[in-house]
Amino acid sequence: MKYLCLIYDEEKKLAGMAKSESDAFMGEYGAYTESVKASGHYLGGNPLQPVHTATTIRNRNGKVSTTDGPFAETKEQLGGYYLIEAKDLNEAIQVASRIPSVKTGSIEVRPIMTFS
Amino acid sequence: MTAEGEDAADHVRATVDAVYRTDSRRVLATLIRLLGDFDLAEEAMHDAFTAAVEQWPRDGVPANPRAWLVSTGRFKTISAMRKRARFDASLLDIAERLDAAARDRREEDDAGVEDDRLRLIFTCCHPALTPDAQIALTLREVCGLTTEEIAHAFFTSPTTVAQRIVRAKAKIRDARIPYQVPALAALAERLDSVLHVVYLVFNEGYFASSGESLTRHDLSGEAIRLGRLLVELLPEPEVIGLLALMLLHESRRASRTSASGELILLGDQDRSRWTRELIVEGTALVERALTLRRLGPYTLQAAIAAVHAEAVSEASTDWAQIVALYDILLRADPAPVVELNRAAAVAMRDGPLAGLRIIDAILARGDLTDYLHAHSARADLCRRLGRAEEARAAYQRALGLTRQETERRFLERRLAELPA
Repeated sequence: MKYLCLIYDEEKKLAGMAKSESDAFMGEYGAYTESVKASGHYLGGNPLQPVHTATTIRNRNGKVSTTDGPFAETKEQLGGYYLIEAKDLNEAIQVASRIPSVKTGSIEVRPIMTFS
Repeated sequence: MTAEGEDAADHVRATVDAVYRTDSRRVLATLIRLLGDFDLAEEAMHDAFTAAVEQWPRDGVPANPRAWLVSTGRFKTISAMRKRARFDASLLDIAERLDAAARDRREEDDAGVEDDRLRLIFTCCHPALTPDAQIALTLREVCGLTTEEIAHAFFTSPTTVAQRIVRAKAKIRDARIPYQVPALAALAERLDSVLHVVYLVFNEGYFASSGESLTRHDLSGEAIRLGRLLVELLPEPEVIGLLALMLLHESRRASRTSASGELILLGDQDRSRWTRELIVEGTALVERALTLRRLGPYTLQAAIAAVHAEAVSEASTDWAQIVALYDILLRADPAPVVELNRAAAVAMRDGPLAGLRIIDAILARGDLTDYLHAHSARADLCRRLGRAEEARAAYQRALGLTRQETERRFLERRLAELPA
């Protein structure tokens, strides 16, 4: 079963990190990604650029509107994701609970919907 | 049918009913594992019992009814899937897989069945479900309570409970919450909600919330059995404390009601009727839990129950020790209900007025205003203080809140005894 692990964290906090700190943080992510590749859980994953780069698009009554910014303004922002393969939610939770941002932000685990 | 034939049919029907009461949850727990789906398993279980009603009068009651029900339920589900597979080919695949998986495992042995019940408990109490859903689902699936009974225990509506259960099952299925006992590393963390649920189940059996009979022995027995199983699996202080608490309550069951089914309060109970073996076992468990040092709410409540159990009368009870234990308990669990119980103990130690002041303060804050026992405790203290009018009003308030026949009769009797 596939699960998407959505990584939420405060961009401000990340942006405010000293270089040594953010290097260490990126190092943790690198090691984590390697470990889930090795364990066979990894299907994909990417960090996202900050929310100031986000654009939200809607089509209402045939009229497309394009606005600056994310869909919802929240304290923590979507900053990246992993797509993983796990045999059940317990395994997915176990894999997701090692994502480095779990200590500063939060990880939302969502099963991928499949159509038979 | 002849009269004899009807008698035999009635007898078999009574047997089916009895098996349903004792074994339907075990059958369900195993079917969930075999079929991998709560709703499918429930359907299978009902099909199996329907088949029992039809076949047992003709073929006789099988030697192992539970195993018969499991394999019949599984067989019926798989063959129904094969039939429907003519219209939906994907079902055939599932049916074959279930069939192979079922043949693969020995689901009939008792050890496996016990594991299934634990699997069911931990799945129902999974932290990915909301606490309300955990409790509702456990009471429904593990204990077989109706949504109405659960709603009453929760002070909410049957519709709300039904929705909680439907959503919880959908999450178990869609997010694939596994049907398993958690690994040892995660076990302790997942235990709190399990203990809470077990104690609620016990209380549902001990203080039956609705209906005519005061106690529902099967539910309390169920909770105690779950408690014992958990003590075996994870002898944490609070697991032991909870089992001790349930056993000490259980020891008083026979003396809680008179021969005619009337409620008898602790102080008026015939203590010679308390079950010694349960007191001995419960007290030993309390002592074991207390030596483990980390005092939790269950252990403290069990310690209070043990003080009651060793006293030969209400008057000779060590109320000072009970109040002291409530003081510690209030720090661990600052709940209004605990305050209320402490107030009753204070009334015994320092007199009814001292207790009444505490209860009035709780009610004045807006806590427990719809809680039956707050009003009946208040009524009792007013009665002892000779304040008949206040007592009458409080008993009437309590009467308006009771949904339990024995309790209603008790309160009416107390009302009638008040001086005009």
